[in-house]
Amino acid sequence: MYLGRVVGRVVCSIKDDALHAKTLLLVRRLPNGPVVVAVDSVGAGAGETVYVCRGKEASFAFKGEEVPTEATVVAIVDSVESVQI
Amino acid sequence: MLLARIIGTVVATRKDPRLEGKKLLICRLVDPDGNDEKGYLVAVDTVHAGFREQVLLVQGSSARMAYGCKDTPVDAAIVGIVDQISQDNG
Amino acid sequence: MIIARVIGNVVATQKDESHEGKKILLVQQLDLEGNPLGDPFVALDAVDAGVGDRVLAVQEGFSAMTSVGHTDAPIDAAVIGVIDVIDLVELA
Repeated sequence: MYLGRVVGRVVCSIKDDALHAKTLLLVRRLPNGPVVVAVDSVGAGAGETVYVCRGKEASFAFKGEEVPTEATVVAIVDSVESVQI
Repeated sequence: MLLARIIGTVVATRKDPRLEGKKLLICRLVDPDGNDEKGYLVAVDTVHAGFREQVLLVQGSSARMAYGCKDTPVDAAIVGIVDQISQDNG
Repeated sequence: MIIARVIGNVVATQKDESHEGKKILLVQQLDLEGNPLGDPFVALDAVDAGVGDRVLAVQEGFSAMTSVGHTDAPIDAAVIGVIDVIDLVELA
């Protein structure tokens, strides 16, 4: 998983049925990573810090559904306390 | 699968109980000519490999198919000791 | 598995239910000299590791999920060991 910031959303009218009614978010990996499209599972919105689960496990955020996603926003981050190394 | 060279060990007392009794070796990835490549992995030893030996590594969920690694939290396992590599460089 | 350092704690109220009650750590992979390698990542804690600890982390689904007691959960990384000693025969 990695920390990201929601920087936008993507709207597709034609998409896999399992993605129906799911929000597609644009998430930039923090601090300076690439932007990916991630499926939202927690109701995150623009500007929020989140963390993203990637890979096959990303689809497990949607219990009982087989959602074709390799990146899912699985939490909205309230705060991070970190030290530099 | 990956080729690697054993360069060290890791000792951890507090760990997932399923890792108990397993030897954790630090592996430096190498190319077929034996030159170091970027990156290293910590892998579980299943073949009694020793320092500086060249070994065969499996990574990802396949690592759990190695001897004694079934249902353990292992994502890299050493499954062979390399005797010789022959290449046809065209 | 990789060698990493715990560099922070992440607090999230709104999260997947499989992450409830788990410590969420910000973790930085280290190279063999102990320098940071790549960007930090987020991992769930399975061994009560804390900030500053040098740890073993897995970045593979089954290993990560089962170490924190789940299956079929959106967990792709976990801290599964606290490192006591690293013994290197050579620094390549």
